Formats: sequence, C-alpha cells, structure tokens
Amino acid sequence: MDTEQRVEHELGEVAIKIHEMHKWYGTFHVLKDINLEVQSGERIVVCGPSGSGKSTMIRCINRLEEHQKGDIIVDGVELTNDLKNIEAVRREVGMVFQHFNLFPHLTVLENCTLAPIWVRKTPKAEAEAIAMQYLERVKIPEQALKFPGQLSGGQQQRVAIARSLCMSPKIMLFDEPTSALDPEMIKEVLDTMIELAQEGMTMICVTHEMGFAKTVANRVIFMDEGQIIEQNNPDEFFNNPQNERTQLFLSQILNH
Amino acid sequence: MRQSNQGKQQYEPGTHPDLPPPLGTTGPIKWMRENLFSSPTNIALTILAAFFLYKIIPGAVSWSITDATFIAEDRNECRALNSGACWAFIAQRWGLFTFGFYPEDQRWRVVLAFVLLLMVIVALLWENCPGRKVLFKFALIFPFVATWLLLGGFGLEPVATDKFGGFMLTIIIGVTGIALSLPLGILLALGRQSNLPIIKYACVGFIEFIRGVPLITLLFVASTMLSYFLPPGTNFNLLLRVLIMVTLFASAYMAEVIRGGLQAVPNGQIEAADAMGLKYWPAMRLIVLPQALKISIPGIVNTFVGLYKDSVLVIVIGLLDPLGIGQASLADTKWQGLSTEVYLFVAIFFFVSCYAMARYSLYLERKLHTGHSR
Repeated sequence: MDTEQRVEHELGEVAIKIHEMHKWYGTFHVLKDINLEVQSGERIVVCGPSGSGKSTMIRCINRLEEHQKGDIIVDGVELTNDLKNIEAVRREVGMVFQHFNLFPHLTVLENCTLAPIWVRKTPKAEAEAIAMQYLERVKIPEQALKFPGQLSGGQQQRVAIARSLCMSPKIMLFDEPTSALDPEMIKEVLDTMIELAQEGMTMICVTHEMGFAKTVANRVIFMDEGQIIEQNNPDEFFNNPQNERTQLFLSQILNH
Repeated sequence: MRQSNQGKQQYEPGTHPDLPPPLGTTGPIKWMRENLFSSPTNIALTILAAFFLYKIIPGAVSWSITDATFIAEDRNECRALNSGACWAFIAQRWGLFTFGFYPEDQRWRVVLAFVLLLMVIVALLWENCPGRKVLFKFALIFPFVATWLLLGGFGLEPVATDKFGGFMLTIIIGVTGIALSLPLGILLALGRQSNLPIIKYACVGFIEFIRGVPLITLLFVASTMLSYFLPPGTNFNLLLRVLIMVTLFASAYMAEVIRGGLQAVPNGQIEAADAMGLKYWPAMRLIVLPQALKISIPGIVNTFVGLYKDSVLVIVIGLLDPLGIGQASLADTKWQGLSTEVYLFVAIFFFVSCYAMARYSLYLERKLHTGHSR
C-alpha cells in the first residue's frame, strides 16, 4: 500500500458531531465523554485494543447502540429516541460489518437493491442498474446472480460495500471490515476502500490495518477504556505518539 | 508419459487426467456393501429383516388384495366369496366416508369446492404452475367461494353444517387450521419478542394458556361452555367454534416453532437491515421471516401434521369425522366385525395426506437451500 498515492483531502462542513457522549451497558461505563467532530470528506481511522469501545462508538453514530448522555448530530439531524430522526440518519449513513451480514437468502443483486427499493422507493429496474454499476466498481459484476454463501470472504465483503453504496450514503462506517478475512483477501477489500476514499467519501473505519491508515486517513484516533486517548494526523500519530498507552499499543501491533 | 517398472502409469506434474474410479466403489454394489453388509451385526439384521418381510408380505398381499372381496351385499356374502378383507363394505359406504350426511344430490358442490381447493394448493406450492398469478388472486376469494358452495344460500340449497362429515370434514378442519394458524403463529411469535410489554405479555399468556390445556378440553369448552358466555339466543355454529379452537390451538404451537426459527437468525441480519434504514415490518418480512421460516420448516410441517390428525378429536363433541363415520357404520348388523378394514382404510387416508406434506416439506427445504450453512 506504500506505493499508493497519498489521498489528498478537501474538507467541507461538519458531517458528524459527537459532544460529551457517554454510554453504559447496564452499570458498565463503556464510553466516557466522547467528543468528536468529523468534516465531510474526512477519513478517520479508529484504533485501539479490543474492548476499548471503538466499535461501540461508531455503532452509536447510526444508533445501532443507544447513548445515554450527550449529543450526536449526524448530517444535521440529532439522534434521539425519535424513530423519524433515526431512520433519516440511517438512510444517509452506510455501514460495513466485520462479518459482512449479507442476507443469505437473497442473491448478491437482491442484497444490493433491497434497501434502495424499500427505503428510497427507487424503481426496481433503476435500482438494479445502479447496483450493477457498484458491483462493477467493486469488481464482481459476474457474481450478481449468485448467493452470498457461494462467494469467498473477500468477495462477500466487497458485496457488502457495494450494498451500502447503493443507498448513495453521505457517510460510510466500517467496523473492522478486514478482521474476519483470510490474509490474501484483505488487500482486495482495502483496495476497494482506498478507491472510495479517493472519491471523497466521508469515512470512519475501525481497523488495525495501519498501512491503510497511513495511506488514507487524515486523522487517526486511538481509544482505550472507553475514551479517546489521542488523535492526530497519521505522520505524527505513528512517528511521534504522545501518550504512553498509544506508544505501547503501536509497539505491540507494529513490531513483530 | 512413461511406463514404470510396476506397470503404473506416470504423468508429468500438472498433467494428470481424470480417471474412472476403481470397480465396486460406486453404484448399487457400493450401496449394498455400505448399507446392508457393512458389519456382522448389519449382515445379521439384513437377513432377519429379509426373513420378516418374506413372512409378512405374502400374507398381507393375499389378505388385502388377492383374497379380498370388493363387491358384496353384506358381511356373510363377503365371507362366502373369499377369505380375505371385505372391502365391499368400504365401497358401499364410500359416499358416507367422503361426504358424511351431505345431501346426495348436492354433493357435486363439495366435489367442485375440493377441485378448486386443489387448484389453489397446486398454484401455491408449484412455482411453475400455469396461470399462477390468476390463481393467486383466486386464492384470496376462495374461502368465500368454498363457504358459499358448502353452506349454500344465494341460489344454492342451504345445507346445515351438522350434515358435514367424513373426509370432507377432516379436510375442512385441516385446511382451515393450516391456512390460519401459520399467519397467526407468526404474529404471536413476533409479538412474544416485542419490546412493548402489553403485546409481549398478551402473547406469552395466550401461548402458555392454550399450550397448557388439552385440545379435547378446548373442544368441550367450544361445544358446551361457550353458550353460557355468549348472550342467550345467539346461535354460534358448532363447526365454526371447532374451527376457531383448532386454529388457536395450532397457532400456539406454531408460535413456539417459529420463535425457535427467529432466534436462530443471527442478530447481524437485523443490524444490517436497521443500518440500511429499513423499518420494522419490511425488515421482518424481507429479511428475518424468510430465514426464520426456512429454518422452521420441519417444525411447521410437524405442527400441520399434528393439527390435521388431531381433527379426529372432534368425534368427542359429536361431529362425524371419518373415524366417527366408521364407528357408526360398524354398528350396522349387516356388516358387523369389520373394524380392521375400517380403521385400516381411515389410516391409509391419513397416511397418504400426511406423507404428502412431509415430502413437500423436504422438497421445499432443498429448494430454499442457497449454499449457506445454517
């Protein structure tokens, strides 16, 4: 990935604003005083040890998890208990999961057209044309009529990315998209994500792929024990980490 | 390619062609070796089973077919003619077994309703059925057409439901119960998982109460006690009460079967649907239920078969299902002592219908398999 050209950024208005957000699972305080502002077009990589709350944090952004204190404003809409707001946010925010979560009873094409047809009310033919376009972009148009169970892990994850893109989201969330993949399939998924970044998509990725972070991110966030410990641009973050825990974490994942 | 010393063909790396398998590792010989003669115990069991079949089959065939009587006026004539089964009895009571006491000149209506039912069932179950779309629309009005045909009115001679009986009654109860208990069971199962406490506990209470009471008790309640609860003078048809009770009973079981299926659908599926902005009902209908129902097919068909066979319990409240007809017929002095034939006949009827359901469910499971494990 070092050969890839560094992605240049052109930042716009605020896409996501998280202000003094807290979350508890029962009595367990998982997220503590999270403050984060993401400009549109920005690409953020979130890393940290397991159990540090990074997945929980991005799952709060589309309300797969509910926060108990503080504010989250996505694309100008505040996330409250109001279902209308939640649906409005989810229409504009795509998500890619660690375990793909494709619908196994539907073909690849049907996976991609389902949300446009039922949520955006796109006519079927048009939705299929758009889906084929995105499947083309993730380089698997020939698999359109197969079922997810017949594809490899890397192909399934690329379908999942295409499926999210079919909703033409303004923001994409990636929750450890390569953690469940065999090593030789990681690159094909990362390449797809890099392409997406080059097109200016606003992205938040929870990942341990530090090469990807160096190539694509314009900010790297380190989380531990439910807090944002450090954030910086990738150069500073990797070469000159300030916090002790960040240094420990980086030494553990980079030197082996 | 070169011949080695042992006469074994050698190939360059990467050029090995596909060869046929060695003899005896495929086909019927392999099947017999694996399934009938794989071990000493297995060989002994195979021989024992063959011996029993040899003893039983000739006797069964001669009793039921070659030595049987198909046309006779009464039991004594049967006995005089041949030593085997006396199917003449069944043949003579065929109408009774099929239609109960439905007036003979009106039985074409039952036959017509049955033919229409078959058309609807074929259209529902067979994907490549010609005219499927039209038949689907017809399926929606079929219940009303069938009710009209069977009960009469609007130009047809009215027939009271206490004249219904035999296989016709079984099929009415079975089909109604099956058609209504599935959607009702789905709603109850979804209700049981609801976040809204009122809906959740109403469903839990209903399911646990109905499951905890024997069907016979419910039928007795339907036949006797309901009239105490209802305002005096209301005449609430007994068959309708039975249909409601059988449906409620089956739907409680169905709900639990489907709940098992719902729990087997991974949470990630619902998260993916949520993340796309799908609302609750589309998410359930398009994502969760198709998977849950597929997993539940064996349990659903099990419940169907149970419901269908439980319909004979209506005998206890005086409705004449095939068993009831059989018992009533056996009281005829001309035909005494033929219970074997009657019960065998009824058994075969039930077996054929239930086996058909079982086979279809297997076919459906295979068809819905899309290459994912689960």
